[in-house]
Amino acid sequence: MPIITVENLHKRYGDRVAVDGVSFTVEEGEIFGLLGPNGAGKTTTVETIAGLRAPDAGSVSVLGLDPRRDAAAVRERVGVQLQEAALPDRLRVGEALELYAGFYARPADVRELAATLGLDGHLAVPFAELSGGQRQRLSIALALVGDPTVAILDELTTGLDPAARRETWGLVERIRDRGVTVLLVTHVMEEAERLADRVGLLDAGRLVALGAPDEVAASASAATRVAFRVPPGFTGDVLAALPEVATYDRDGDRVTVTGGDGVALAVLRALDAHGVTPRNLHVEQGSLEDAVVALTTPTMGAAA
Amino acid sequence: MTRLVRTEARLYLREPTIVFWGLVFPAVLLGVLGAIPSFREHSADLGGRRVIDLYVPITAALVLAMLAVSALPSVLVDYRRRGVLRRLATTPVGPARLLGAQLAVNAALVVTALAVLLVLGAALYGVGLPANAAGYLLTLALALAALLAFGLLLASLAPTPRAAGAIGTMLFFPMMFFAGLWVPREAMSPALQDVSDLTPLGAAVAGLQAAAEGDWPRALHVAVLVAWAVVCGGLATRLFRWE
Repeated sequence: MPIITVENLHKRYGDRVAVDGVSFTVEEGEIFGLLGPNGAGKTTTVETIAGLRAPDAGSVSVLGLDPRRDAAAVRERVGVQLQEAALPDRLRVGEALELYAGFYARPADVRELAATLGLDGHLAVPFAELSGGQRQRLSIALALVGDPTVAILDELTTGLDPAARRETWGLVERIRDRGVTVLLVTHVMEEAERLADRVGLLDAGRLVALGAPDEVAASASAATRVAFRVPPGFTGDVLAALPEVATYDRDGDRVTVTGGDGVALAVLRALDAHGVTPRNLHVEQGSLEDAVVALTTPTMGAAA
Repeated sequence: MTRLVRTEARLYLREPTIVFWGLVFPAVLLGVLGAIPSFREHSADLGGRRVIDLYVPITAALVLAMLAVSALPSVLVDYRRRGVLRRLATTPVGPARLLGAQLAVNAALVVTALAVLLVLGAALYGVGLPANAAGYLLTLALALAALLAFGLLLASLAPTPRAAGAIGTMLFFPMMFFAGLWVPREAMSPALQDVSDLTPLGAAVAGLQAAAEGDWPRALHVAVLVAWAVVCGGLATRLFRWE
């Protein structure tokens, strides 16, 4: 049974449609990445899953429960880390952990959790004096302090330096290894590629791709890029005419072709059939980022 | 819930401005006023009372105003802006309990400050302890309800902590004027007294003073406090935003 089921979810704010018919499931024990540009509807979707918002239409079920109707039961078993760490400046790390532990019927061991997250040396430090990475770790700790079955982590590495980011990724993997199902919201593609077992790509409130990160990367029509140099006199028409080729571009003797999965082999066969030996041949698999760019509408001036 | 109250209390006591204005300053003010010899003389204009006799409820009103009009809204608006309330909405406890904890802590601080002022007034200057304890407690409870509801309404209306602070400061001085901080109610002109009767702090000070002298608070003052509590509380319930 899926841990989270989202079915035909709709949500609008006034005239603006935030989520427009989104469906997906999150299976037990997986890390599911919800991707998409700013304003794609990621946060609204997870807020609905967390029970903070009611859907206009469609349904959401978490652990077989309705996050609004069975709010108490869902909150007990779903740990949430929101975009910004939200604590009063003068609250100390240890106090925050103890306070939040007290909210749950069967909390995790606070000392052990603090040690796991590398916070045990900072228990007496007020929130205001924590670094960005420490705040983020505390925020994750608070999401886990109730010993949840599901953890929802929203933009968890925003504002972290690369080292802290990698450290946090390792942490998320360890959380999953403890048997927690993780719903990860991110617009950092590297994060999704590294962590997620499956991703859902949202664009303008709709789900435009769903699957393992490499499947989604390959699903874009121009996911594979083949570049090489040809001898003078070779015309590229035969390549442009191939059904596997999506785009064909020639700059002097340099040819760049993109296409789906079989494009590299088709191009090489065609070149061979014409007795042409390509030089400086490169074949690149498009990244998840390329797929996201290809599948989503660019947001003008959106902050990265 | 006790854990939330304890945490909120701890955070409050770490806030130097709250400790100073809520506990230290009113006590010092009462001490200084009582040190003025003429304030310790019985005055026929005040119906035989001494000025210092009037200042225990007035300094208590100072604490009420400081917490309800300034501290409470600033803290709650800050919690809303930071997402503290939203974050709590994802836990089994929910944000309403945090609101409750805040109100409890503010009420406890007012009661503590008032106790300190009563003891200080009695010990230093022989100000009589409340002769009608039941009337005193009744007025105190109504005053807390009215002022905290007023603070919640401000927290509902102010968009940012800065705005909450500005509104609080703007309201603080007129409210304290009508509470009698500069001119005690007993020395006000009848017109000013009429206005003061209708303000929450004016009614609170009048009720506390009456109970301190052994009377019951006047029905007018009870009604004024109840009205402020009901109207502000009702509006705050409708207008308060959690995020």
